[in-house]
Amino acid sequence: MAQTKRDLLVDPLVDNNPITLQVLGICSALAVTSSLQVAFVMALAVTAVTGFSSMFISVLRNQIPGSIRIIVQMVIIASLVIIVDQVLKAYAYDVSKTLSVFVGLIITNCIVMGRAEAFAMKNPPIDSFIDGVGNGLGYGALLLVVGFIRELFGAGSLFGVTILPTVNNGGWYVPNGMLLLPPSAFFIIGLLIWAVRAWKPEQVEEREYKIQVVEGH
Amino acid sequence: MEGLLSLAVKAVFVENLALSFFLGMCTFIAVSKKISTALGLGISVMLVQAITVPTNNLLLTYLLAPGALAWAGFPNVDLTFLGLICYIGVIAAMVQILEMVLDKFFPPLYNALGVFLPLITVNCAILGGSLFMVERDYNIAESVTYGLSSGFGWALAITAMAGVREKLKYSDIPDGLQGLGITFITAGLMALAFMSFSGVKL
Repeated sequence: MAQTKRDLLVDPLVDNNPITLQVLGICSALAVTSSLQVAFVMALAVTAVTGFSSMFISVLRNQIPGSIRIIVQMVIIASLVIIVDQVLKAYAYDVSKTLSVFVGLIITNCIVMGRAEAFAMKNPPIDSFIDGVGNGLGYGALLLVVGFIRELFGAGSLFGVTILPTVNNGGWYVPNGMLLLPPSAFFIIGLLIWAVRAWKPEQVEEREYKIQVVEGH
Repeated sequence: MEGLLSLAVKAVFVENLALSFFLGMCTFIAVSKKISTALGLGISVMLVQAITVPTNNLLLTYLLAPGALAWAGFPNVDLTFLGLICYIGVIAAMVQILEMVLDKFFPPLYNALGVFLPLITVNCAILGGSLFMVERDYNIAESVTYGLSSGFGWALAITAMAGVREKLKYSDIPDGLQGLGITFITAGLMALAFMSFSGVKL
């Protein structure tokens, strides 16, 4: 086997991160990161769903007929998401209200489908489970970084606990309200991608057009 | 009627699925390199959205909502927890049916949309539209309007994005920001622009 189990788990964290490199599952990454708590719950939910869906699909991979595999995968994923949704409603009602439709949208989160299709259909259950968890964690890590930046500088708190006392409450920190607005998530992820690629230059994409300096101009 | 009109305007501009809820972002980023393909995908999304949101609305009202099965003699049954799996099933089935109908009756359109149709099943914008319909308790007329206009809003956003990106590829961008990075920042700026609609009340 080319990849060890440790590689399967660690690889998606930075080297092959689902968001910055595979461009999967961006939708929810942007919408749920305005506070760290919500981002944390979402990361946990996605990791659980990716891990278990990969495992179940891998268990069934020899029984699923090729022509209807997408539907079968969908049903497995949707069932898992329903479980997550019901658990959240039962034990973390406030968070599930904030997440609103985004829990349901884990079904169409491309990470889950992508891993099912690309890895779980070809590999044994335990490897698939680890791969799913690894990708979920890679996604979660990015979610947490973005949530951390947005909540700390946007509201001066982390997990709802005040870190930088804001001016409104008699402190010194003037919060940057733009970070609480949705578009800021785009900027933060864009800059994060830049940072990761500056660190790992092999991830840089090829240019479609090169600017050439012509002699004599 | 006025209510429907304001709902439509709201769904296209104020609550644009792509730029204020970030739904369908994966395809939004991946397929916005050329205007023509972006437009094709946008139209398919609009079409599917206009069909699935009302269908899911009917499904909710007559099968899933608490007390909805009264017509079948089960007034106390509440099947809302099955919602997610039903909606995604409807979406997958509708996309498949649409694909077959287009193939049979409108081959040019089918060839133009071809590759994008199956992709739409996993487009969060479609499922998101249905889930918003459920959360906001739309009736059937409202869901038709909402489906059509939110799909239109998405199409508008992805076409505009493709327009920007076609110009962008000639510009001199730092290496690390090339491709994905700059696309995110562009989308962020577009989302900021769309936020200026948010004060608009109709």
